[in-house]
Amino acid sequence: MDNLINYVLHLADNNLIITQRNAEWCGHGPILEQDIAITNITLDLIGQSRNFYQYAAKLIGREATEDSLAYLRNERAFKNCLLAEQKNGDWAQTVLKQFFYSVYQYLLYEKMQGSKDEQLAAIAAKSLKEVTYHVTWSSEWVIRLGDGTEESHARMLYAISELWPYTGELFEPAPYEVEMISAGIAPDPTPIKAVWLQKVREVFAEATLAVPENIFMHNGGKTGTHTEQLGYILTELQYLQKTYPGSEW
Amino acid sequence: MVTILPNISDQKIWKLLAEVSDPEIPVLSVIDLGIIRDVKIYGDETEIIITPTYSGCPAMDAISMDIKFKLIENGYKNVKITSVLSPAWTTAWMTEEGKRKLNEYGIAPPGKTPELLPACPQCGSADTKLLSQFGSTSCKALFQCNDCKEPFDQFKCH
Repeated sequence: MDNLINYVLHLADNNLIITQRNAEWCGHGPILEQDIAITNITLDLIGQSRNFYQYAAKLIGREATEDSLAYLRNERAFKNCLLAEQKNGDWAQTVLKQFFYSVYQYLLYEKMQGSKDEQLAAIAAKSLKEVTYHVTWSSEWVIRLGDGTEESHARMLYAISELWPYTGELFEPAPYEVEMISAGIAPDPTPIKAVWLQKVREVFAEATLAVPENIFMHNGGKTGTHTEQLGYILTELQYLQKTYPGSEW
Repeated sequence: MVTILPNISDQKIWKLLAEVSDPEIPVLSVIDLGIIRDVKIYGDETEIIITPTYSGCPAMDAISMDIKFKLIENGYKNVKITSVLSPAWTTAWMTEEGKRKLNEYGIAPPGKTPELLPACPQCGSADTKLLSQFGSTSCKALFQCNDCKEPFDQFKCH
């Protein structure tokens, strides 16, 4: 049961943390339509993470709720991948992070639809329709900036150098994930890597960008060892509930 | 013991549900939206099974509450709203009546496939272009008519 709870929390945390980052763009997007686009994507992702948190809370029982899981756990208890917590940087970094994540999410959820866990299968099938739009949107932006001006191309190159080292972790199963894979509940992310890489190569080719080779990959987010970024995110995200416990509005 | 009452009670509830509208798109009822999956009556308990449109749609909480109030106002005592995710909601469940009302309201109805360009709900022209796949709510995309130049929303094919 602990492995299932950890796996569901991992899925929930991934979405919550990238969502909190994306939400920083609310009211600051480069143009109105894109401000609306990134916040709409964020809304989809937060809805999906609520579905996962509600399920985790049900599995944990006792006093757990979706809110207690999001607002009251500490940094080391969060199991999101490191990619999700990285800084937004400029628009190039934000759309590239979303692109890497959305393609991964799409491929993972596509397989998760066949999970032996009915609730995970249902959340995956539901989310997949939304993620399809996120993949299209983020791919178009990577192409637009990569194959854009000298300035936008340079910014994409910098974004790749910043974010690529955090993509390896997505395909390295954590111990609880390994258990869930053998139980037929979680999809194995290892074989997804080649398909993910293929999609990234296709989009990068159109964006006149190259996929980096032989880069050191960071690891640890899935088991609670995070980069310094997560602390800042949680400080802001959890401030209200930690300062005024149980407050509602 | 669970007793399923005759269909007539169901009909009454479906009629009441037709009066509950989407808070963001008031011309659409929850039935037009295709989010009511089932109505169950056990003795004096009524259970309405609904499915969310989009995972993060903030209107869903308001809709659940509105359904509950509508039934309570009409004398139903134990009203339970259950949300199910599977099978995932699709715009194919939207009623034809709903699509017609949407178009009259100025929102192009969902097409059969996402690639299909919607006709302009203002002037009827088929010559339109996509401005953004994301619009004012999760369920809408933003278009512009190349003839009358008016921007308009489309309820996305989903």
